[in-house]
Formats: sequence, structure tokens, C-alpha cells
Amino acid sequence: MSDDIYREIILDHYRNPRNKGKMANPDVSIHDSNPLCGDEIDIHLKVDGDKIKDIKFEGRGCAISQASASMLTEMVAGKPLTSIKDLTKDDILENIGLTNLGPARIKCALLSLKVLKLGMVQYYANKDPASAKKLQDDSKGL
Amino acid sequence: MMQKGALNVQKIREDFPILKRKMSGGKQLVYLDNAATTQKPLAVIDSIHDYYMNYNSNIHRAVHQMAEEATLAFETTREKVAKFINARSIEEIIFTRNATEALNLVAYSWGRANIKKDDKVVITEIEHHSNIVPWQILTTEKNAKLEYIGVDDDGYLKMNEYKKHLDSNKVKLVSVTHMSNVLGTIVPVNDIIKMSHEKGIPVLIDGAQSVPHMQVDVQKMDCDFMAFSAHKMLGPTGVGILYVKKEILEKMPPFLGGGDMIKEVHKYETRYNDLPYKFEGGTPNIADVIGFSAAIDYLNNIGMDRVREHEIELTKYAIDRITGVKGVTLYGPRNTKDRGGVVSFNIGDIHPHDLATIMNDHGIAIRSGHHCAQVLMERLDVSATSRASFYIYNTKEEIDKFIDALDEARRLFKI
Ligand SMILES: Cc1ncc(COP(=O)(O)O)c(C=O)c1O
Repeated sequence: MSDDIYREIILDHYRNPRNKGKMANPDVSIHDSNPLCGDEIDIHLKVDGDKIKDIKFEGRGCAISQASASMLTEMVAGKPLTSIKDLTKDDILENIGLTNLGPARIKCALLSLKVLKLGMVQYYANKDPASAKKLQDDSKGL
Repeated sequence: MMQKGALNVQKIREDFPILKRKMSGGKQLVYLDNAATTQKPLAVIDSIHDYYMNYNSNIHRAVHQMAEEATLAFETTREKVAKFINARSIEEIIFTRNATEALNLVAYSWGRANIKKDDKVVITEIEHHSNIVPWQILTTEKNAKLEYIGVDDDGYLKMNEYKKHLDSNKVKLVSVTHMSNVLGTIVPVNDIIKMSHEKGIPVLIDGAQSVPHMQVDVQKMDCDFMAFSAHKMLGPTGVGILYVKKEILEKMPPFLGGGDMIKEVHKYETRYNDLPYKFEGGTPNIADVIGFSAAIDYLNNIGMDRVREHEIELTKYAIDRITGVKGVTLYGPRNTKDRGGVVSFNIGDIHPHDLATIMNDHGIAIRSGHHCAQVLMERLDVSATSRASFYIYNTKEEIDKFIDALDEARRLFKI
């Protein structure tokens, strides 16, 4: 079990996270934590038109939550911000290569996606509340 | 009949059917999460079963035979609890849902009546959230202040800070844990209470981690309030105990209004019931209070001094072994005389949740996270720790398995 989880790539992203750090003048910053285990993630975005021009994360927590956040930033950089709403739990689990996590650990893997979706909603909430509301409704079921 | 000498752990284990359980992957369960909740002996499970099978009924009100049997069994537990902690009478023993509710009862009833603007409530940096949040709520509501006694790097309370708080002459309540659920630190409650009483200030002791693991005598200690949970001492979940000195309880306003806590109810006024029933509104957790009786009998049979000795031996062994593991940071006092059977640690850059997942592969249940003590986590400057905690049925062989799993975690994380 653990041999499957703590593979080289997870440990690599845990110890050498990509796109980790602060961002000067982000267009949106969002923070959330997992009250169960205390994992924390902040995501900062710069948006150009509808494109994610720059993405950075900060956080602390287990290897799964931090590696998942690191891999997520690589996955979405340069993509349209609204496309985030279509990302599913399975997309994330496949992206990090952990498809058989138990219910407790799945929350660790999905925390960064939750934060990113909140960030997307907040970004549009400032511009166009109606579309933000729709994005929020469409993003349910996380 | 109280036994003597070292515990016969193999015999004790026979009384806990769950310990035979195989976990996924066929591994034998090694249960090291006793500070969260302990396992239950068959006697406890049987007694709950017996209540529901044979005399399930509501207590205190009806006169039929089963109600009388249930009332008697329920009240017998109260007598046993009073004796177990050496309370003066059963009037001082209130049943709640858990230690958390017991602590909240004090905050809502005694606290609201006695804490005023600019008063201070003193707690410590090692408290469980259940002994922090109720005081935050109360002091915010009353415009009063919440003050902390700090903890030093070895896990001991900074008694000079405590003295300073007392010298401010604003303190109206001191509420401290008897034993830290993270560091294991056994707090010098006798000194704390003595110093506080010299200023006429009452003291609430959170006994959630001490009453299950050592002899606790509320009269000797002279605390004014004490809270603990049955489920951390072989008993069922859903039963907490609040001990309050009778002279204080007599002046406390009721907590939950409703049935059982009244003598007479009229349209606009109520005469409350006698102690302790005035504080037990509504139908209580009858089955589990009755089940708790068997847990107290079980502990009394062993003897709390022997429980403590067994845990000191396991803790000593665990600390010796774990300090030999590369990359380990251990928290709390090193002297086992000053700590209970709780070992919190971190290892390299392995996050505690990852470690708990690896342990789980070996059938080992440990706790990882902030342990409902985030104020302490901030003080230690960590987001989480791993914690192994022991009880009467744990063995040195189990600690060996735990150390083997630690080595496996080091291999996976290349530490
Ligand atoms: C020191 C301490 N106080 C209070 C509690 C709260 O106990 P309960 O959750 O049973 O209310 C705990 C339980 O973890 C504890 O360890």
C-alpha cells in the first residue's frame, strides 16, 4: 500500500514543490484548510483575459496534499480559468497517480483543487457576480 | 479483589475481544490510540447488552419494576464514580455527554454567573480545544480576558507566569489540564490549586487524560471542578462526568432546562430539582452510564497504581527505543515520573498523516494531527505531530512493531 503511495514522484513534488511561493500583486488569493488534519493551502493567481497567466501555491501538510498541489499548478498553468470548473476528483487522483486512496486521505489530495475552485469563483465574483454564482453551482460536488 | 504486582497483560487482553482483530492485509491490530479513546472490555459490552435486552426503561420517573432496576443501575454508577475519585457525595457527580460538555457546563452556568468585565480566566498553552474555546466564548461575551500560562521547551508549565497572573488580582477562574494529551506532561495541579486558593480563586481540572491513568483524589487535590470522559477509561462513548464541590454547585444556576432537572414547573416559574439532578436535564444516556459501571469495576480490580506503573514501564521503553531512531524529534518531559503514557514525536520531514498511513499498513493505529491542541502546535511551531498512547493491554512487543514500522517509514522516505 504505502509503497504505491510514496513513490518517487510524490516524494519529489513534496520535497521540491513546483510553483511554490509568494506572488506579488496576485489577481486573486485564496486560502483553505482541512480541519480534520490541519493541511493548509494558499493559491495565488494572475489572470490574463481568461487565461491563468501565473499560479503559485503556499502551504503545509502531508506529502499527498503538498504534492497534489504542486502537480495541480503544473496541470492548470496557461489554461482558461473557467476550465477549472470541469476538473473532477478523478482528474486529480489520476494526475497524481493515486487512484485507491482511502476516504480520509482523499481529502488531502483534493484540498488544492478545492482552493483553486474557490479562487476561480472569487475572481469572477469581483467582476461578474452572476457568472460567479453559476460557476459556483457548476463546481459543486467536490 | 484487587490484584498485586505487575499486570498480567496477556490475561487482560483476553477480556478485550477487539484486540484479536486482523486489519486489512491480515495484520494483527496494534492499538496505540488510547488517548483518543480506549477499547472496551467484554464486561462493559455485556452490561450495555443486558440493559437493552432485559430492563430498558426510562429512569427516575416511572414506578414499574424495570424502571426501578434501570434507575438503581444508573445511580449505582454515580456512586462508583464518586468513590473512584473520592468525592464527598453523589450530589457532586453530574453526568454529561463527555468531558467537553462538562467543561462547557461550567463555562455556561458558573462562568456566566461569576465572570464580569475585565475579569481574567487563566488557562495554559497545553490545553485541549475543549478547555480553550468555551473560555474564549465566555470572555468575549463578558468583555473579560483570557490569559495563558506558557509551556517551556521541555514541556513544563512556566509557573512564574502563573504567579504573575495571580498577582494581577483580576483572576476569577483557573482552568488547567491534569495531563497533556500531546506532551504527556503531568501538571503540578496540587501547587496550582494551593496558590489559587490562597487568593480565593476556584480551579477547574480537566481530568480527561489523568483520571483514566492514575489515582485521582478530588478531596486531596482540593480542585473545585473536574471534568473527564468515560470513553477514555474503558467505558462507553457518550458519558462524561463533571465533579463540582457541593458548596459551589449549590449556588450554580441550571444549565439545560427541561425534564428531570425540575421539582415543580408552573406557568412562569420553576423549582429546580435537588443536586445533582438539577444539572441533568432530559433523558440521559442510560445504557452507557450503566455500562460505565463495569469499566470502573474493571479498573478497580486492577488498581490505579498498577495501571500507572504499567504505563510508566511502557513509556520508558517506548522513549528509549524511539530516541534511537534516526531523525526523531520527541516532545514533552523526558522523566517518566512527570509524564503519562503518551509519546508525541515527528520524524524527519515525514508528515504525521503520511506516517499514520504507513503505520496503518502494519495494522498499527496511532494518531496524527494537531490533537485538538492547535495552540500548543503553534507554540511547538509544528502543524502536527504523531502520537502513540498506551493503556493496560499494550505490550513491549507492540512497541517493537511500532518501531519496526517507523524504520519502514524511514526507508520509504529515504531518511
Ligand atoms: C486533555 C483532554 N481534555 C478534553 C478532552 C475532550 O474529551 P471528549 O472529546 O471526550 O469530550 C480530551 C479528549 O481528547 C482530552 O485529551
